[in-house]
Amino acid sequence: MKWMKNLKNYTPPAFKVIRDDDRCIRCKACVEQCSFDATFYDEEENKIWNWDANCVSCNRCAAICPTEAITVETRGYSYRHNYSWGSHIDSLKKRAIFGGTPVVSMGNDKPYKIYWDHLLLNASQVTNPSIDPLREPMELKTFLGKKPHSLHLKDGKPDIDISPQLELNVPIMFAAMSYGALSYNVVEALGRAAQHVGTFYNSGEGGLNKDHYKFQGNIIVQVASGRFGVHKPYLDVGSAIEIKIGQGAKPGIGGHLPGEKVTETISETRMMPQGSDAISPAPHHDVYSIEDLRQLIYALKEATEYSKPIIVKIAAVHNVAAIASGITRAGADIICIDGFKGGTGASPQVIRDNVGLPIEMALAVVDTRLRDEGIRQDISIIASGGIRNSMDVVKAIALGADAVYIGTAALLAIGCTMCQQCHTGKCAWGITTQDPHLSKRVNPDIASQRLINLLDVWALEIKETMGAMGINSIESLRGNRLNLRGIDLTEKEMEILGVLPAGE
Amino acid sequence: MKIVKIYEDSCVYCHLCEVACIVEHSQSKDIIKAFKRETKPIARCSAEFNYPLSYSVMCRHCDDAPCIEACQTGAMHRDERGYVVVNEDKCVGCWMCIMACPYGVIKKDERREVWGLSTKCDLCPDRETPACVEACPNNALMFEEV
Ligand code: SF4
Ligand code: SF4
Ligand code: SF4
Ligand code: SF4
Ligand code: SF4
Repeated sequence: MKWMKNLKNYTPPAFKVIRDDDRCIRCKACVEQCSFDATFYDEEENKIWNWDANCVSCNRCAAICPTEAITVETRGYSYRHNYSWGSHIDSLKKRAIFGGTPVVSMGNDKPYKIYWDHLLLNASQVTNPSIDPLREPMELKTFLGKKPHSLHLKDGKPDIDISPQLELNVPIMFAAMSYGALSYNVVEALGRAAQHVGTFYNSGEGGLNKDHYKFQGNIIVQVASGRFGVHKPYLDVGSAIEIKIGQGAKPGIGGHLPGEKVTETISETRMMPQGSDAISPAPHHDVYSIEDLRQLIYALKEATEYSKPIIVKIAAVHNVAAIASGITRAGADIICIDGFKGGTGASPQVIRDNVGLPIEMALAVVDTRLRDEGIRQDISIIASGGIRNSMDVVKAIALGADAVYIGTAALLAIGCTMCQQCHTGKCAWGITTQDPHLSKRVNPDIASQRLINLLDVWALEIKETMGAMGINSIESLRGNRLNLRGIDLTEKEMEILGVLPAGE
Repeated sequence: MKIVKIYEDSCVYCHLCEVACIVEHSQSKDIIKAFKRETKPIARCSAEFNYPLSYSVMCRHCDDAPCIEACQTGAMHRDERGYVVVNEDKCVGCWMCIMACPYGVIKKDERREVWGLSTKCDLCPDRETPACVEACPNNALMFEEV
């Protein structure tokens, strides 16, 4: 064994790699694929060993092993059972041993209530007919942007000025994930899939590699507090511009791309020195009020000649409804609300696990508030953060969303196993890394096809459910909370969600 | 004519092409038995690595194959499919083909009694898609028209 453990920095390993020696043919594929230094080969013993303390349970080894010799297991706690302390014991020890606050990635993984799983959908029986989506047309086309208040006719023709709109073939887009957090090949795959399906991918806050300008027509460009890679051609290539105020995984916290991930091409794209940490400040230093936000929105509109919608993305926080109302009045065309289950490439664990609101609640209160104030048509809503399947999409739209963003779900389609090591830059699946050898693990041909399959299947599932409800256009589902019923929810929760209890 | 095309940008250096090649050229064609019970055949493809590059190479089945030119016994020849293969009975292990091959993809099998045997990719005559191509997890090898 090449390592020796020392109790000075010891906490029990979280995982155990078990190898069936009858099946192991010593091909060493697992050794080569483990990017976390947890698997190695001893020539003299002709044996494959694991250093479990380094294992992050990415399951790359188990997936590559040609004889299915490997099982990665979660170790149980061997300490005396303690309900109130549980995982807090090691969490505390790590802080005491290493003297730092843990940084984590992906979304909040704590067992908070998931409201999607407490909402049931309706279906037609006898009194209204259901529709077969394979035989009859079913419309998922979605337009995002300000809608007119009223319709006037002039010489028999509609006399209205339609604000710029984003046109989506499916109400699903790829959420902001920067080039830098993601490898080049993943961005390439997202772009190709968005183009093929007729939707959008979001550049995130890291600027746009010059190779990816070819996805013009299917890109949303982001302007975040660090303003990395923002210049005129960048703003021009986007079909919409997103101002990132906050992110569900880390409300109130800025961005941080570790220097190791700032390679030559990343530094060129971000317009910053190679190898230095890319820090996005927590606030935009020119936005301290709704009035300031309005100035930024109009500065961006002015810079792009009022040709594209402006999105404002915020994290779902306690007074989200009032903030959303302010954002609408500030002139944004689209608002994105990111729930606390949303992912990240790096966030302090305490923030990720304790701050924010569930997207279901945030979405419901924002939609209600904007309707009550009579300004719902002035803005489209994108729900994001924790959309796991097509039925979450249907429920989000019924709760009032115009469309959703998926981030984690898209990475899962490409291979991610949610090992939460994105911040280390060692992603064994080649997704969140800038290591030129690791990033080869994503083949854009395979990855884009998987993304296309995912969106196609979700679209079909959405159509089938709409058909069952007797609805043939996504427009009729939007904000249609009568098609939702709450189950196992308190009266207050249902009041906030604006749904009736099951049976009523 | 189809050959195995190499897409080095997608090779993750997992060696599974070699594993599959060994299994395909074994007696049992069973992955566990081929590795644990039999005298393991030599892999005809080789995964090469020089960070961050990696790719697997095997015979290119050249139009003007220098290995055939160099072979004194006619063991190295073109078969009815048009691929360059070794006739085991004729090979005397002089390694002239190895000297001649510009890609370095012929290997010595010195375990045969009396004479060694020149060992190279035969494009899996018993299969529709070569074993390495089928095993590659990232489409770094593709069986395509030249
Ligand atoms: S590949 Fe992943 S799961 Fe396997 S040993 Fe390494 S870290 Fe653990
Ligand atoms: S990949 Fe499987 S068969 Fe190959 S060395 Fe690892 S455990 Fe053994
Ligand atoms: S992107 Fe990679 S590092 Fe991040 S969770 Fe997924 S598999 Fe792990
Ligand atoms: S063995 Fe070498 S020389 Fe002969 S056909 Fe193959 S690549 Fe060409
Ligand atoms: S199987 Fe494919 S990815 Fe693996 S080493 Fe061979 S060519 Fe490379």
